[in-house]
Amino acid sequence: MAIIDFLTQKIPLGNAVEWLVNIIISNFGGVLDSFSAFIKTLMDGLIGILSFGHPLLFIGVFALIAWLIRKDIKLTIGTVLGFLLVLNLEMWDPLIATLASIMTSVLISLVIGIPMGVLKSRSKIIDIITRPILDFMQTIPPFVYLIPALMFFGLGTVPGIVATVVFAIAPPIRLTYLGLEQVDEELKEAGRAFGSTPFQMLFKVELPAAMPSIMMGINQCIMLSLSMVVIAAMIGAGGLGKPVLRSLSTVDIGLGFEAGLGVVILAITLDRLFGRETN
Amino acid sequence: MAKIEVEGLSKIFGPNPEKALDLVEEGHAKDEVLEKTGQTVGVNNVDFDVDEQEIFVIMGLSGSGKSTLLRCLNRLIEPTEGTVKVDGVDITDLDSEKLRKFRREEFGMVFQNFGLFPHKTVLENTEFGLEIQGVDEETRKAAAEDALAKVGLDGWEQKHPDELSGGMQQRVGLARALAVDPEVLLMDEPFSALDPLIKREMQDNLLDLYDEMNKTIIFITHDLDEALKLGDRIAIMKDGEIVQVGTHEDILTDAENDYVRDFVKDVNRSRLLNAKDAMIKPRAMVYSEQDGPRAAMHKMRHEEISSIFVVGKHRQYQGIVKMEDVLELVNKGKDDLSEVVKEVPTASPQEDMDELFSKIANLDCPLPVVNDNNKLIGIIVKSSVLSNLSSEEVV
Ligand SMILES: Nc1ncnc2c1ncn2[C@@H]1O[C@H](COP(=O)(O)OP(=O)(O)OP(=O)(O)O)[C@@H](O)[C@H]1O
Ligand SMILES: [Mg+2]
Repeated sequence: MAIIDFLTQKIPLGNAVEWLVNIIISNFGGVLDSFSAFIKTLMDGLIGILSFGHPLLFIGVFALIAWLIRKDIKLTIGTVLGFLLVLNLEMWDPLIATLASIMTSVLISLVIGIPMGVLKSRSKIIDIITRPILDFMQTIPPFVYLIPALMFFGLGTVPGIVATVVFAIAPPIRLTYLGLEQVDEELKEAGRAFGSTPFQMLFKVELPAAMPSIMMGINQCIMLSLSMVVIAAMIGAGGLGKPVLRSLSTVDIGLGFEAGLGVVILAITLDRLFGRETN
Repeated sequence: MAKIEVEGLSKIFGPNPEKALDLVEEGHAKDEVLEKTGQTVGVNNVDFDVDEQEIFVIMGLSGSGKSTLLRCLNRLIEPTEGTVKVDGVDITDLDSEKLRKFRREEFGMVFQNFGLFPHKTVLENTEFGLEIQGVDEETRKAAAEDALAKVGLDGWEQKHPDELSGGMQQRVGLARALAVDPEVLLMDEPFSALDPLIKREMQDNLLDLYDEMNKTIIFITHDLDEALKLGDRIAIMKDGEIVQVGTHEDILTDAENDYVRDFVKDVNRSRLLNAKDAMIKPRAMVYSEQDGPRAAMHKMRHEEISSIFVVGKHRQYQGIVKMEDVLELVNKGKDDLSEVVKEVPTASPQEDMDELFSKIANLDCPLPVVNDNNKLIGIIVKSSVLSNLSSEEVV
């Protein structure tokens, strides 16, 4: 009897999740609100900084950064031309909004992710617990994050950033952990043999030695954040994703192309700048 | 007093060492313990002392427990049982704070693969120990530059380790250890990764530094040649146990068991083929043209030797004088050395080791090497011949 019930009656999983979300909202509403406010402030601050002065000034600064990081004249000129094109197509403000949200997402991902990676390498238990969660976060299609993000934070920029962080935080955690695990045993012995405290071991020996791997985590984090731009727009995030979505619903090929081009230019630039390991 | 006293030291690798430890203390060997308990014995109930300012070499095959033993001394590996006293302080008792202080002040360590920090420059690597101690930047820079100069690396301060050859990297490793001015240097096969020529150069360098610096050195190697060259005393390890401790004469002439004998047999005989390869520079000579009995005595005293070779103009070989004869001359107030100059057998540069051995076997002084023009070009001491004979002839 019970078995037949089980086979024929749908488990109220959906209801259960809904119930859980509601509980969280009603009990932690305050926390969620202040978190939301914090992210908003961070975003607005970044947008403020990025749109301080004329776009040409920004392009100049960006070109300078490109030059300093890569020392590649072609890349620097390409960056300038690409941004000028975006400016000409009147996609400048969305570009800045997108850049600011990527920076916010990456910042949050790193601030949480790198210490998480350290904790993971320090504690076997944390490592075992986080493993399946990270696998889960990386295999689930990012659209699925949108739903809880939307429920907790409503429509707008903040849920977009939260979804992006969930999507992009795994590489910094994993690669920080991996980098620390792979620090040469002799280096650690040298650190201890000269009398390092655990704190000195971490900051003077292990993290610097794990830096190449951590950098790789940062690069991947940036790239994954970028790939969320259009998806995040579905729950109201601003920036270049918005016109892309709008062009979809209105079948406005021209607008879609222009906004899409903006995304592509930003993506290529960021990829060239941070996407490969820095030498 | 001994600098380091090790007593009943054991290290068992494995989750429950108690049972294995009982077996070890009953005198069971490594493979028995492994068979009965599944635990690996790294160090098996070891006792030894290291004297102040001694080079103590630990030698043994791979897996014999050398590295484990060395790391028990500064507790990079926690000993399972036993005591390690440094200047009478049992360091196995120290809490983590005191242990850190001990590591900072007492020990400098040098690693087989150098263990340099790739993200730091040569200077920063050398400063590391002092940086950890919180020494201010200026002082530690000065100390590091000083240490780098000692190992012959001045001018390389701003390079990164990967820009240096292996030998130079290990010089940085050595400088890093010296910069903290430790009492004891722990060196785990520091020259094993280097090619033979560089290796020999580094050994000479280490000996020079040792002469200048009053440090106690514990040096690990699996190379008997290296052990003989550097060690005041040599401990031979097998399966976690020390099977013999002694001077190189002891080890070579009086191998206490088959294992040591096998080891000694492996001494690279082809390294020295004839007298020219085996000879060393005499530390002092008496010049018959100008030196009398007093000068001869002074030179022997100064070099702490009991006999000295006498040469004429252009180092023409004349013979040897002994301390007791010279003393007699001095007491009698005579000033002509020639009446006590004795003849001893000489070797030509091309003579091979077997001939040398037969000549030196019954000699109580070094064997002079003289070229065709009767010029004294070097001397051969017994141990360097012994170390180059195959084990059958030695033991
Ligand atoms: N962390 C460890 N866990 C388990 N067993 C270990 C560990 N470290 C060393 N051992 C074992 O202890 C024994 C001694 O190893 P150790 O590294 O001290 O040898 P070694 O004489 O330094 O050898 P090598 O010349 O290869 O460096 C070996 O049997 C080794 O397998
Ligand atoms: Mg070893």
